[in-house]
Amino acid sequence: MAVNPEVAGRTYPPSAPYVVSRAKIAEFARAVGATDQVHFDPDVARSRGYADVIAPPTFAVMITQQGDRHVMNDPDAGIDYSRLVHGEQGFEHHRPLVAGDEVQATTTIEKVRQAGGHSMVTMGTTLTTPDGEVVTSSTSVVVIRGDEA
Amino acid sequence: MSGQIEAGTVIPSRTIHVDRATLVRYAGASGDFNTIHWDEQFARSVGLPDVIAHGMWTMGAAIQPVVDWLGDAGRVTAYSVRFSAPVPVPHDGGADIEVGAAVTSVDGDTASIDITATCDGRKVLARARATVRLAPSQIA
Repeated sequence: MAVNPEVAGRTYPPSAPYVVSRAKIAEFARAVGATDQVHFDPDVARSRGYADVIAPPTFAVMITQQGDRHVMNDPDAGIDYSRLVHGEQGFEHHRPLVAGDEVQATTTIEKVRQAGGHSMVTMGTTLTTPDGEVVTSSTSVVVIRGDEA
Repeated sequence: MSGQIEAGTVIPSRTIHVDRATLVRYAGASGDFNTIHWDEQFARSVGLPDVIAHGMWTMGAAIQPVVDWLGDAGRVTAYSVRFSAPVPVPHDGGADIEVGAAVTSVDGDTASIDITATCDGRKVLARARATVRLAPSQIA
């Protein structure tokens, strides 16, 4: 079933607050093979001017997808999650995520288009602190494979 | 890293190995437990050649040569990719991803970098680009 193009432009409520922890940063960093000590050692991070250890560049996906979940669960969108393939991902970091940050993900459906029997959904998600500071902006494109594919 | 960074500067390439344990570790760390990343039978039943790596693992691993060259992960200010082909990860031997990167332009303290990632000769990331903030010692 094609994704409903009428949902383009829809913005969903922010996800529950996510607190970035030293432990999760270290675990995620090891999982992607990161060795920069700025992810593991608060003293190294402070020596480079950060308040605490910082997250690797793709760490934010765990939080942005909490916002994107609203899109997956929107009955009006009609997304068949079992046919979903991650097509593209992008991050813009206004500053690194730092251990101790609390952020919420807010997702907007930027575009829905059909091509070759598939539906492509572009989602824009921002991670915002309680003070309203946007730390990271993310764009992701998911492809929902058509029945014939 | 030292010396002047300019368009054409090549960042040292790297071969990144991935096996089933890598995927289990990423699944646990990221919370992405999609069955296609750990169950071969299931992956084949949906038309995949084998268990495939998480696209977000590939994206996260492919930026590491750039991070090490920069000397600070916090200097990566933007990073985007298109997932152009899956990375099948066989039970025996796993898979190797060849990652390369080069500077395409420099403007003040900001450099644009193109990244390539191939597995068995196939591009697994396309349009992979990073924007980085250079350290004062790296600016001409």
